[in-house]
Amino acid sequence: MSGNAALGEAAILAGCTCYFGYPITPQNELTEYMAKRVPETGGVFIQSESEIAAINMVLGASVAGARAMTSSSSPGMSLKQEGISYLAADELPAVVVDMVRGGPGMGNISPAQSDYFQATRGGGHGDYKTIVLAPGSVQELTEVVPLAFDLADEYRNPVIILGDGMLGQMMEPVSFENIKPPKKYQKDYILTGAKDRPSRMVRSLLFDTKEEEEHNWKLFRKYQRMERNEVRYETFLLDDAEMVVVAYGTGARIAKGAIKRLRQENLKVGMIRPITLWPFPAKIMKETAQNGAEFFVFEMSAGQMVEDVRLALEGKGHIHFYGRPGGVIPTPIELFRAISRHYYQSRRGKK
Amino acid sequence: MTIKTIFSGFGGQGVLSMGFTLANAAMLEGKYVTYLPSYGVEVRGGTANCTVVVSDEEIASPVASEPEFVVAMNQPSFARFQSVLTSGGLICVNSSIVNTTSARGDIEVLAVPTSDLAEKMGTIKVANMIMLGAFLKASNIVAFDFMLNNLQEILGEGKAKMIKLNRQALEAGYTFVKE
Repeated sequence: MSGNAALGEAAILAGCTCYFGYPITPQNELTEYMAKRVPETGGVFIQSESEIAAINMVLGASVAGARAMTSSSSPGMSLKQEGISYLAADELPAVVVDMVRGGPGMGNISPAQSDYFQATRGGGHGDYKTIVLAPGSVQELTEVVPLAFDLADEYRNPVIILGDGMLGQMMEPVSFENIKPPKKYQKDYILTGAKDRPSRMVRSLLFDTKEEEEHNWKLFRKYQRMERNEVRYETFLLDDAEMVVVAYGTGARIAKGAIKRLRQENLKVGMIRPITLWPFPAKIMKETAQNGAEFFVFEMSAGQMVEDVRLALEGKGHIHFYGRPGGVIPTPIELFRAISRHYYQSRRGKK
Repeated sequence: MTIKTIFSGFGGQGVLSMGFTLANAAMLEGKYVTYLPSYGVEVRGGTANCTVVVSDEEIASPVASEPEFVVAMNQPSFARFQSVLTSGGLICVNSSIVNTTSARGDIEVLAVPTSDLAEKMGTIKVANMIMLGAFLKASNIVAFDFMLNNLQEILGEGKAKMIKLNRQALEAGYTFVKE
């Protein structure tokens, strides 16, 4: 099954009843899948007139209590940012998928990781954060997608799934058996008609600066809770590693291929793969740096996550970087050469 | 063991479906498998390719740097992908329309006049399945009998009417290499 289709099926099984989307490569197979599957399950599918309309339909469905999702790719994701900011301000759950492609501007349709900043720094206007999940395989989508819906409901906040064209188009065997029926959440904020109860209001317009400040601190405390409780990552051959690769998503798949080769040549290289890009797994990085390991950050961009690694290490540990922006997919052997070059350089440096 | 194959040719030659068929068969055989198509701006007549990785263990990277096998259905694909083939690797070439002279001495070239064989069968459309039959004989990634016996499931419901023709095409390619 392709990553896009698996994502759609996982969303359905996680209780997504509303999907709104506007076509863009490389995530069209997801919209296509949802067009067929959502109506079958009694849900609502709308191909909207624009990305902006789609995200606002998500807002509407969410405020009415539905599990709602939209998806796009980089240029379309930029258009959705206003809506995501409103969702965050209104404290409404939603899942937004971004299958990143080469940019900036229209860019191209090849896989890229150049929207890291946009996803992890809020993306739209205002003081807000979104949880960002970066799955690395088609099978992992079956864990990440239900998790995204649960986190969105638990924190009442939009959650971003950050993939790329490669994850979306790639086919791998996939099993959905691990997906449990969706949990029930107490939704005492949704608008269902105020018959026999006091009326409710969901809004982000707060003219009173004091009120707005209080609201901001409330959101801030929520983001702190996320940072404490929701960090997720995977380690690979970390115990004896002298050089630790930090990579995510499909970039981590390519890096894993390279590391397997490096290990065959007895180079002690391991990996930390962040699954949540925000909140970022800073603690494990810092701990690993204390053991004297050096870091090698690999991204399919000119270098964005590398800033988070730098912040995580707080000046401790040496960081190497290798990036391929513009939608280029490096091969494992290319990465193998890059990592071993840095590995030997740093070893010489230590002597 | 991890075996990587790149299928390549003109869009419309059935290059992606060749790779998809192999990936599906390997999955049903219980192997780990990834299928990575080139996508998007490719059009009929342009170039298309896909990478299939089949393994006994979890597959790290779906991107192949040095594939063990390449299938090239046209001249540009032959030129482009013979250079990435690992030393000792095998390239299966549609010799009906490709000049199979290679500058590399460390790879094996298997010339299959796929288009000619397909025309003999009455339709050029089965050229890809003939090539897949030949490829399976040469590579043995999936047991040929397994492929034939499970063809209905592998190709899916949409191709139900075409099972017989596809089977004949696979056998034609397989027999060509055997002889």
